[in-house]
Amino acid sequence: MGWFSLGNYEPRGVLVHALRFNNLTLGYDHQPAIQRLDTEIAAGSLTAVVGPNGAGKSTLLKGVIGTLVPMEGSLALGSISRENIAYLPQQSDIDRSFPITVIDLVAMGLWKEIGPFGWLSTAQQSLVEKAIAAVGLSGFESRIIGSLSGGQMQRVLFARLLLQDAQLVLLDEPFNAIDTRTMTDLLKIITRWHGEGRTILAVLHNHDTVRTHFPQTLMIARELVAHGPTESVLTAENQFRARQMCEACAGPPHVCGRSVA
Amino acid sequence: MIWDTIFQPFAEFGFMRRALLGCIAISVGATPVGTFLMLRRMSLTGDAMAHAILPGAAVGFLVFGLSLIPMTIGGLTAGLLVALLSGFVTRMTILREDASLAAFYLISLAIGVLIVSTRGSNVDLMHVLFGTVLALDDATLILLCSISSFSLVTLSLLFRPLVLECADPQFLRSVSGLSAITHFTFLLLVVLNLVGGFHAIGTLMAVGVMILPATAARFWAVSIGGMIATAVAIAMISSLIGLLLSFHYSLPSGPAIILVNGIVYGMSVFLGPIGGLLTQTITQQQLKI
Repeated sequence: MGWFSLGNYEPRGVLVHALRFNNLTLGYDHQPAIQRLDTEIAAGSLTAVVGPNGAGKSTLLKGVIGTLVPMEGSLALGSISRENIAYLPQQSDIDRSFPITVIDLVAMGLWKEIGPFGWLSTAQQSLVEKAIAAVGLSGFESRIIGSLSGGQMQRVLFARLLLQDAQLVLLDEPFNAIDTRTMTDLLKIITRWHGEGRTILAVLHNHDTVRTHFPQTLMIARELVAHGPTESVLTAENQFRARQMCEACAGPPHVCGRSVA
Repeated sequence: MIWDTIFQPFAEFGFMRRALLGCIAISVGATPVGTFLMLRRMSLTGDAMAHAILPGAAVGFLVFGLSLIPMTIGGLTAGLLVALLSGFVTRMTILREDASLAAFYLISLAIGVLIVSTRGSNVDLMHVLFGTVLALDDATLILLCSISSFSLVTLSLLFRPLVLECADPQFLRSVSGLSAITHFTFLLLVVLNLVGGFHAIGTLMAVGVMILPATAARFWAVSIGGMIATAVAIAMISSLIGLLLSFHYSLPSGPAIILVNGIVYGMSVFLGPIGGLLTQTITQQQLKI
């Protein structure tokens, strides 16, 4: 059965998906990092992507924003257009020594509206200020980003995400090296997005956070392990299986398991 | 006394006024570009591009003699070719930007030296290497002023994408397709300003006016605008002092101007309020107490 038959024959209105992975294989230099992923992310869902190191979690997000082209299979955006995706990379290549102020960096979240030349209207200026206030950084507007702590920087990036007003939000390990208080604040924002009906896909490592805040979980280990409600996915058995699958794939590069062709 | 030292050379000699105008044009055009080069950690790229321009200018010179247009076109072609080829290799292959640029500018430099040496030694060729700021003709002045005007207008149009391309390139790529255009237009500005600069102070010195004032300004201003303004001011004052030194003590003008810039840089390293040696020492002392 071909992957192309899946999306088309779906009864209408049963499940609106935001994203559909059709037997998707993604990788670098002809080496697959994640293979034959076949599942879909429901519109408006709040999904945690979990799995061991090297499981292909970041790769998957890169595939969604389109920096990686599928080696096999395809990836379909359901109700969402490509411009409507906001992405927070894991290791952002932001140059922290660059002399840009918090307010200037956050305001770039309005790029879709203002473009390369537009001025900020008064309404947009207050939007920017609101976003900065929402992440708890009021008073930091004219600080240079180099003077911020890691947690404050992550708050700045969340403020920019707020302004991007995207329907699909992709977060790659957003709480890496972040203290609990900042994490709690940022989780509130994620929950708020969820309440607004946005689709969120977040790569996370802390299973407690996933259990308490993320209704859906997608567990991968170079291929799909399990996908569904968090309590049914985050089981000891699945985690053991994921680790084994990843270990089996470690070592010299090769194509996992069955033939890719 | 002050009149004799500072104003009289310019009042009396037309070539000094022309030299000053040329230097001001270069300061206004090249220094903002240099500020961005520094902020993008591409300070050495300026140097590489200055070397890359050499064979083009040399070919223009050897075929057409010391003539403005062929040397400008030659220099531009060589510079842009190196920028495009290295950009292409960077974006298409595994090689990082610094490595691919180094490869192409070294090839370019070797070709330049080869051309220069096979076609014999000509004293005029010193003009290419060290400039002729005390003998700028009308056409060269117009070229210098046009380049700096074009550079300023383009930089102001490009300002927002360029700032983002420097600060957060990944984000720029995710929201707009301007990343590659911004990058190459910026490199075009680098090459243009270097080509303009080499007519006045030579290929190898031109990059000095671009980079030194910017590195000095880093110690005096926090914002990008402040840095650019400071850098332009430093470049202009250094040009003035450098020209006067060259006039009174018969020094070669290009190196004199660059050295004055260098002295300003040295003072900034020590005295600059933003992360200069003195401020950092004082802050550390205060922390100890």
